[in-house]
Amino acid sequence: MTATVTPQVRPNRRRRRAAGSTSATQRTIYPSWFYLPAAVLYLVFFAVPTFASFYFSLTRWTLFDTEFIGLENYVQFFSEPQLSRGFVNTLVYGFVTSGAKVVLGLALAVLLTSQLVGRGYLRSVVFFPVLVSTIGVGITFKALLDPFDGVVNTMLAAFGIDGPGWFTDPAQALLTIAAVDVWKGLGIATLIYIAGIVAIPQEYYEAARVDGASRWQQFRSITLPLVQPATATVIILSLIGGLRSFDLIWATTGGGPGFTSDVIGSVIYKQYQAGFYGLSTAGNVILFLVVTAVMVPISILLNRKEVDR
Amino acid sequence: MSHVMRERSIRRRAAVAAAAVPLLVLAGCSSTGAADGTTEITFLTSNDAPNPETAEALAEAFEAEHPDVSVTVEIRPGGTEGDNLVKTRLSTGEMADVFYYNSGSLLQALNPDSSLVDLSDQDWVGSLTEEFVPVVSTDNGTYGAPLGASFAGGVVYNRAVYEELGLTVPETWDEFMANNEKIAAEGDGVAPVIQTYGETWTSQLFVLGDFANVLAIDPEWAEQYTAHQRSYAEEPALLGFQHQQEVAEAGYFNEDFPSATFADGARMVAEGEGAHYPMLSSVVQTIVQNTPEAVDDIGFFALPAAEAGNTRATIWQPNALYVPRSTEGAELEAAKEFVAFVNSDAGCEIQNEMLPPAGPYAGTCELPEDAPPLLADIQAYFDEGRTANALEFLSPVKGPNLEKVTVEVGSGIRSAEDAAAFYDQDVENQAKQLGLEGW
Repeated sequence: MTATVTPQVRPNRRRRRAAGSTSATQRTIYPSWFYLPAAVLYLVFFAVPTFASFYFSLTRWTLFDTEFIGLENYVQFFSEPQLSRGFVNTLVYGFVTSGAKVVLGLALAVLLTSQLVGRGYLRSVVFFPVLVSTIGVGITFKALLDPFDGVVNTMLAAFGIDGPGWFTDPAQALLTIAAVDVWKGLGIATLIYIAGIVAIPQEYYEAARVDGASRWQQFRSITLPLVQPATATVIILSLIGGLRSFDLIWATTGGGPGFTSDVIGSVIYKQYQAGFYGLSTAGNVILFLVVTAVMVPISILLNRKEVDR
Repeated sequence: MSHVMRERSIRRRAAVAAAAVPLLVLAGCSSTGAADGTTEITFLTSNDAPNPETAEALAEAFEAEHPDVSVTVEIRPGGTEGDNLVKTRLSTGEMADVFYYNSGSLLQALNPDSSLVDLSDQDWVGSLTEEFVPVVSTDNGTYGAPLGASFAGGVVYNRAVYEELGLTVPETWDEFMANNEKIAAEGDGVAPVIQTYGETWTSQLFVLGDFANVLAIDPEWAEQYTAHQRSYAEEPALLGFQHQQEVAEAGYFNEDFPSATFADGARMVAEGEGAHYPMLSSVVQTIVQNTPEAVDDIGFFALPAAEAGNTRATIWQPNALYVPRSTEGAELEAAKEFVAFVNSDAGCEIQNEMLPPAGPYAGTCELPEDAPPLLADIQAYFDEGRTANALEFLSPVKGPNLEKVTVEVGSGIRSAEDAAAFYDQDVENQAKQLGLEGW
């Protein structure tokens, strides 16, 4: 029913706004109803659930009834003893993986844009881990890094090195997962950097060489500043990914041992699993706000730099 | 299955869940009633081995006895996923005619008075043990028939190691620690205590298996706990956490405890690589399957309390079969017959064969003569009246993070006192979600 009503209402509103003549609407070349399917999909699958989740985070609900309890879920969520640890871990994980992807991604991209034998092949090899399912990667690494029967520690033992308990040592677990995450996600960062480097006109390098600039000076003064947009993209993508990471952590340690590698995402998941739906909805709203609070300033900062250039 | 047991198969479930989806879709369509005069009923069981196999065997034997009824077995995932599925199907009237589910606090969460058929007029009800009746009943009726035997939580140990070192079954905690000391000193590399944190649910036994000892000291504990008047941060309940810490600090665990799995633990105790495995007695089912020649070496004793007089075995009641209100008419009659059949001689024979008992039965079934010797150890506690139901059958309050906290205690990340206080806070969410008074 709504489908038949909305088309009549929407175009009118559209037209009125068009009459108000903002430059943006004047430039549009499509009729308003053209946007309708996308708008409906957006409303049904994104806008409505988002606002519904704001409401449900204020209730204690089961699948069949809800009880409005105000902000109690938020109070409860913040008093969760495992949360402070999860919060710190989330930030550590987000910034460590993001930083490593920027540095390693750029280094690999410089390597893979140079005159190299088998360059195309190497490029695809770097990208392959991205194509593998995260859960599969997690389970594989869990087997490889098993402290007692795993391939890695068995090999280390052959050289007389006592390998650490990668996923089972509380001090080590989170960093091990971060390392696996970097291995898996590095391909995307490298790809973005390759595109950024290839887009830099060769004339700059030729001019620099004429002036006698060394390789390092060329990198410092030409490549690095001119891949700034690529760096911004890599940072934003990997930081968002890192802050809301969950799947790899769940597949490898489940947040353990104990709570030592818990992040906000896994804390929320465990609450949902236990049937505390209201509480975990509140947790998701908070995660949304945290990611926004971290990302908006970073994104503004990076974009401003780009414009300044 | 108990909470503890459910955790065990989560990983297996993840794999089977995918396979189960098409079945569930089919289940929606497989409504009952056929044109040719036969009655069709459905039986929903969970995917943990050997449940599907047992269900198929029961259905086949029942059909042979009742040619006019056909039983279709459906499989659901376990764990929280399974809980949600059962609740959804019950609420939408789409539940299978007979289904297999937990007894105790999880059953109460299904609101049995309004969703299940009261079976208290059935013949087999008279045979149920007095421990089992309350965990499948409300004030208004009895809803479940047991499938499988009960099992105990305590210390599963290797008799051969005990004989070799001339040890005796400990009655107090100090005796237990003395045994551990001797095993560590003279056992030639045998780990005194096996822990398997590769599967975190296995870490809870020091706490959950100590519960009968708590009740021996404070018989009111469970009710008072539900009313928020008792906590784990205080004795006697705190002792379970402290004992775990004590064993961990003494260095009595197997070397690979952070990553070992439940199956590893079963193998270690069976082969004498470790002497004690604090575990559910149902681990013997795994041992029967994987290392059958070692079954006679396996014994059981209750986790010892500080004083011998308080040492009791903690008992987990079996899961049960239920019939939903949405089943009516000929299907209802057939469903009741099927439930009765499971607890008949023929049904018991299948249970004994498919689900090797790890404790006494809660209903009509009798233990087979070739039952593992560990069973006699458990039976002795029953004969002496030294048993109590696990906390989950006496109180609905259980936090989701106990297994994480006990891993932390066993790994030396968190102290026993800290862990107990943490867990007290963890259960608050559950109590609030259930709307209990006093929280």
